[in-house]
Amino acid sequence: MMELKLRILDLLKEDARTDAETVATMLGAAREDVEAAIAELEAEHVIVKYAAVINWAKVNESVTALIEVQITPERGRGFDAIAERIYLYPEVNSVFLMSGAYDLLVEVQGRSLQEVAAFVSNRLSPIDRVLSTKTHFILKKYKHDGIIFEDREEDRRMIISP
Amino acid sequence: MEPMTKSMQDYLNPRVRAIPPSGIRKFFDLVSGAKDIISLGVGEPDFATPWHVRDAAVVSLERGYTKYTPNAGIPELREEICRYLSESFRVAYDPDREVIVTIGGSEGIDLALRALINPGDEVLIPEPCYIPYNPITSISGGVPVPIETFAKDNFKLTAESLRARITPRSKVLVLCYPSNPTGGIMTYDDFLPIAKLVEEHDLLVISDEIYAELTYGKKHVSFASMPGMKDRTLLVSGFSKAFAMTGWRMGYICGHRELIAAMLKIHQYTVMCAPIMGQVAALEALQNGLEEKDRMMESYNQRRRLVVKGFRDIGLACHEPEGAFYAFPSIASTGFSSEEFAQRLVAEARVAAVPGDVFGLGGEGHIRCSYATSVAQLNEALERIGEFVRKVKGA
Repeated sequence: MMELKLRILDLLKEDARTDAETVATMLGAAREDVEAAIAELEAEHVIVKYAAVINWAKVNESVTALIEVQITPERGRGFDAIAERIYLYPEVNSVFLMSGAYDLLVEVQGRSLQEVAAFVSNRLSPIDRVLSTKTHFILKKYKHDGIIFEDREEDRRMIISP
Repeated sequence: MEPMTKSMQDYLNPRVRAIPPSGIRKFFDLVSGAKDIISLGVGEPDFATPWHVRDAAVVSLERGYTKYTPNAGIPELREEICRYLSESFRVAYDPDREVIVTIGGSEGIDLALRALINPGDEVLIPEPCYIPYNPITSISGGVPVPIETFAKDNFKLTAESLRARITPRSKVLVLCYPSNPTGGIMTYDDFLPIAKLVEEHDLLVISDEIYAELTYGKKHVSFASMPGMKDRTLLVSGFSKAFAMTGWRMGYICGHRELIAAMLKIHQYTVMCAPIMGQVAALEALQNGLEEKDRMMESYNQRRRLVVKGFRDIGLACHEPEGAFYAFPSIASTGFSSEEFAQRLVAEARVAAVPGDVFGLGGEGHIRCSYATSVAQLNEALERIGEFVRKVKGA
């Protein structure tokens, strides 16, 4: 079952819209088994959501920043409580606990530089236990989650070959 | 200036002149102008060469690897090829004397036929098959003897049909399994009676195993690994299909040292050596590319299942292709010839597939469909073919 699940995940990460019947055909598995496995993966929150990967730069002028945040961990709850206070803001795309020179890496998206800057100074920095922040604005996204954003590597094969 | 009294045709080698124009070429010319075509007619992977392989070639150019190499290829590559064949297919060759790195598998086929064929020698060729064996045999002065294989046998070569075509002039048997265009494979048990006939009739075998890595379910059996067959077999293979390196033109041929020595003479006088940047890339592919190769195989297998089911759902009989990346469904139920079906499919459904008759005997009534293309394109192509088949069957 675990092996089937991993193979299903490999397919769905490429195209989340692939239906259970197609997945079953492609993996040479029974449709009922695939449906059961997907239901379990959803229930276990392994599959968290079926979302589109969007190149926002093509449709609006949004700005994304990666912010290094140093914090003082809380007795008993470590970094989790403070991470939660941060990730609950809708402006925050992602939060990672990091090893190394800082503690949390926070990805924040806004409509403008000012908006992101305002979020950092008004929301993030004032949080108790946040010691410092360092904001890096993303200038261009080349690849994200294994997906290359530029249109390239089109099919250059001849239409017919032996 | 005197006008030429002979036509250009008169200057040509009659064997070359006698070769008919390629059917696949004719079909290519027909579809090359068409727009918005989904092509299932491509005989190469849809993956780009893995980046680490391309990068190795780029670095080699930067470092000035731009010279000739030894005729047989750089020693490290020959060693890796021999290690790879031994580990993957249990057939052992001496890297110093039993392998030549060639310009694609194609050069290997040419070297083998040219080195072996005397005028009048018969070359047994199971068909439908990859096109060049037949014309290259003719250019070498040999006589191609096609052997028809059938969908009901999963396009395997049977001992009966081979025996029926063997004559005292028979010299060489060409094998191409996994098969382009049918996807058929030969197992150990399938090969046993063939090997027996080869021994009985003292034949040599040119085994084109370019699709060796692409088998689904059953592991490829190299004909050279069959008992007693190593010395009788010239194993032709390369990097094009398994490592997605068609444009690099990197292949190799392995066999008995006396045959290899003879072929090396032709190779050194015609091409000198395979291009060095390709050899560096091939070395990288063998040293660090096996995992990536396996990922590509898994992806082909997924699409293979999708396409075979798709054709059967449409109502086109399709045997189970167990190798390569082609399905070879029968279109006989539509009442069209392969060529007519393929032409109308392009014109009316905007899908290109290769008519089976271009691959020789037994190809008529089929079309070759490569599934080395994206799932989205395959689904769209199947939908279009389905609509077309319903239309022509209803009419």
